[in-house]
Amino acid sequence: MDNFEPKIVAFCCNWCSYAGADLAGTSRMQYSPNIRVIRVMCSGRVNPLFVLKALSIGADGVLVLGCHPGDCHYIEGNYKTMRRIPLLKKMLKQLGIEEERVRLEWVSASEGAKFAEVTNSFTQSIKELGPNSLGHLEQSSKEAKHG
Amino acid sequence: MKKITIDPITRLEGHGKITIFLNEDGSVANVYFQVPELRGFEKFSEGRPAEDMPQITQRICGVCPEAHHMAATKALDELFHVEPTSTARKLRELLYSAFYVTDHTTHFYILAAPDFVMGPDAPPAERNILGVIAKVGLELGGAVINTRKQNHWIIQTVGGRPIHPCFGLPGGVSRAINEEERAQIEEIAKSSVEFGKLSLKVFDDVVLKNKAYLDMVLSDTFTQKSYNMGLVDKNNKVNFYDGKVRVVGPDGKEFCKYAPREYLEHIAERVEPWTYLKFPYLKKVGWKGFVDGKDSGVYRCTPLSRLNAADGMATPLAQEAYDKMYSTLGGKPANFTLATHWARLVELLYAAERLLELSKDPEITSTDIRNIPTAKPDEGVGIVEAPRGTLTHHYITDERGVIKKCNLIVGTTNNYAPLFMSIKKAAEDFIKPGVEITEGLLNRIEMAWRPYDPCLSCATHALPGQLPLEVTIYDAQGNELQKLSQGIS
Amino acid sequence: MAKLKIALYWAASCGGCEIATLAIHEKILKLAEVADIVFWPVGMDFKYADVEKMADKSVDVCLFNGAIRNEENEHMAKLLRDKSKIMIAYGSCAYEGCIPGLSNFYNRQLTFDRVYIETPSTENPNKIFPQTKVKVPEGELEIPEFYDTVKTLAQTVDVDYFVPGCPPEERTTWLALEALISGKLPPKGTVISHAVKAVCDECPRKKEEKKIKKFYRPYEIIPDPEKCLLEQGLLCYGIATRGGCGALCPQANMPCTGCYGPVEGVIDQGAHFLTALSSIIDSNDPEEIQRIIDDIPDPAGTFYRYSLPDSLLRRARIK
Repeated sequence: MDNFEPKIVAFCCNWCSYAGADLAGTSRMQYSPNIRVIRVMCSGRVNPLFVLKALSIGADGVLVLGCHPGDCHYIEGNYKTMRRIPLLKKMLKQLGIEEERVRLEWVSASEGAKFAEVTNSFTQSIKELGPNSLGHLEQSSKEAKHG
Repeated sequence: MKKITIDPITRLEGHGKITIFLNEDGSVANVYFQVPELRGFEKFSEGRPAEDMPQITQRICGVCPEAHHMAATKALDELFHVEPTSTARKLRELLYSAFYVTDHTTHFYILAAPDFVMGPDAPPAERNILGVIAKVGLELGGAVINTRKQNHWIIQTVGGRPIHPCFGLPGGVSRAINEEERAQIEEIAKSSVEFGKLSLKVFDDVVLKNKAYLDMVLSDTFTQKSYNMGLVDKNNKVNFYDGKVRVVGPDGKEFCKYAPREYLEHIAERVEPWTYLKFPYLKKVGWKGFVDGKDSGVYRCTPLSRLNAADGMATPLAQEAYDKMYSTLGGKPANFTLATHWARLVELLYAAERLLELSKDPEITSTDIRNIPTAKPDEGVGIVEAPRGTLTHHYITDERGVIKKCNLIVGTTNNYAPLFMSIKKAAEDFIKPGVEITEGLLNRIEMAWRPYDPCLSCATHALPGQLPLEVTIYDAQGNELQKLSQGIS
Repeated sequence: MAKLKIALYWAASCGGCEIATLAIHEKILKLAEVADIVFWPVGMDFKYADVEKMADKSVDVCLFNGAIRNEENEHMAKLLRDKSKIMIAYGSCAYEGCIPGLSNFYNRQLTFDRVYIETPSTENPNKIFPQTKVKVPEGELEIPEFYDTVKTLAQTVDVDYFVPGCPPEERTTWLALEALISGKLPPKGTVISHAVKAVCDECPRKKEEKKIKKFYRPYEIIPDPEKCLLEQGLLCYGIATRGGCGALCPQANMPCTGCYGPVEGVIDQGAHFLTALSSIIDSNDPEEIQRIIDDIPDPAGTFYRYSLPDSLLRRARIK
């Protein structure tokens, strides 16, 4: 779809990846305008529920960006993320949502370039995947009538 | 053509409706019994771990979840190539026997007895369990409730929960019983045996000693000469938990006998577009329509069919009752649909006797209740007798034991075609040109399907025990001509 | 004082909730003193036409069990909502979709294909499917439409209270009935049950520290009878399930499967269990983590066993 502009939500942790995003911006690096950034204090704050909520209200892709393992400001938060996201992706695949729609990356405060690269490549891959259908409202026209 | 719709049928698990088309002269042109529901277990089981199937499939029916739980657990044994331990096998059959006591008690006293104790033409307001208790005595009513309550306690103690048990695993069961529990089970079993004997006496006093009822039981209207199916043990005696499936023709000759894994060679299911439920039939005879007889593949599996398909009962008191039944009915096989109520009570007594036997088994309190599977799972079939008919679970999994394919043939489903035929025959025999359609007449049509105990047995749904029937007769232009109802206030 | 008018109805259900309603045993006499049942297809003589004739809001309480699977279920939910002052979603099917909700992994066509064509015992060479309207020689027959997606009661009509459980245990049922009889009703939208904490609160097993190196399938191990089942590597859902049932399954040595629904305040039970389970995986190595996750064969089916229609995504997307 040529005109498809994905809506992507990116959860960024305050101490590393959000700072990295800032750096990308102040360094005037070009990165995808499709990204909607949500700042959390730690990537460990990202409850899988947030990812599901984003997908259920129309996000085509979700990024979760945190500190590199070992560098978490809260010591172990990102380890929890490291365990949650793979299990979430396995579950999403069963629900017909491609695993590629959710990505976990480590971006430090000094990695502005990496932030730009990750967001650009993710946006491109979502463009190729296509839109995330809204599921229960679209399954049949009769369903839409019943809401 | 005039159309009479009975919607919904009640006293049925889920939803059903009957449509009767009348010719101009008032005679019955045709009858359709439709099942308007489907949930899709055979599809949504795909992708589920096989060991979850006892707990998933038991939500097919909340009145006989034990039957599905057991068929699923047995399918898992075969799937994982593991035998249950001896104690586990006995615990499973013990729970299953207690379950049969509760279920058959419920059906006979709440659903069936009112027709006979109060009479088919009795005022609908009296034709229920309260009327029965008033006529036969409060003591009996108390015995009914107590028997159910106590056996449900057994189900919870052995199976984990009172409704939707959780104890079935490939190779065994999850929980053992201790001596205190065993002793209590034995006491309950003893009083259940007494209750079984009492119930047969009630039937004798109320039905057999009443010529009008006996005539009704033996009448042609309520006769159907179909094949009979039931599980039998290696001595060809009735067994609810395990064995081979035996089919005996309306002439009494054994037609086939198969192990669970061979079921596909014998059973096929037919689809009609006006109902969600399929019609099983015997493949080797073939589908010849909604007709009975040796040349039609329609078969029944009800308590009467089980007794017809077996050579006897495995316990002494039940065997006595079995002999008495057949000598009264004129030999085997008995094709009298109403005699199913009698056969159900013979089974009740057998279940209680079997419960007592198992409760006294020296192994029953052993803690050796699990064999851990070691082989890779692939395919398994589990068959038990649900109170309403032979129940088949068939699973195919990947090597991790995740369900790839599932096929289920459920108790009442087996009886869909014969049930339909019984209703139709009763409607045709009773609704005749010029005959007034009274409530008693409608109830007699009901009496044709009630013996099948279609799926849902009401527990202490003790209140008015009659089917709500509303018959509305329209002329060819769709104008309402006449409306009759029973049991509707 | 006038007796309460109660209606009970079952949509796409198994009948277990009917049995559960009666598992209150002798207390049913207390109920009969204060209430009249005006509609109950499983055991009484009233028909759909009788409900249609009732005045709006003339029924005091409707105990509705079963999920909304087809046209008839939806019609009856709306009809009974009109006729009833209070609508209660009784049991897991009405509350969150329960086992019938697992059908939301698929859709109507896939279900029909399996049931009416592919199953090995089915002989259907002409590929006949059930139709909502069929012409037969004598006239026309109808059956209700089977929807693609199973819905909960609250997704169909306005619901006043929820009673959790598959089925609700006796004490939970009585709690709801007692509230109705006494008139002391909680705020609208309340999930009526004893416990707002998780099943663990009621479970007698010994709880220490949860660190999982491997998850086991229930048939693979014989668990220690005293220790927490989750700690032993079984997927026990108790940590993310509302209590009130008495923790019956763990006491039968089987892991909880989540039938009482989410703990108070949680909107997606499956996500809640997923996050809790992930937190206790004992590894910081991506490869080891993946191996441990691979021990769970069916995350979506296990986490959403009873709650798929009520989850955020509600159903699987099918291409």
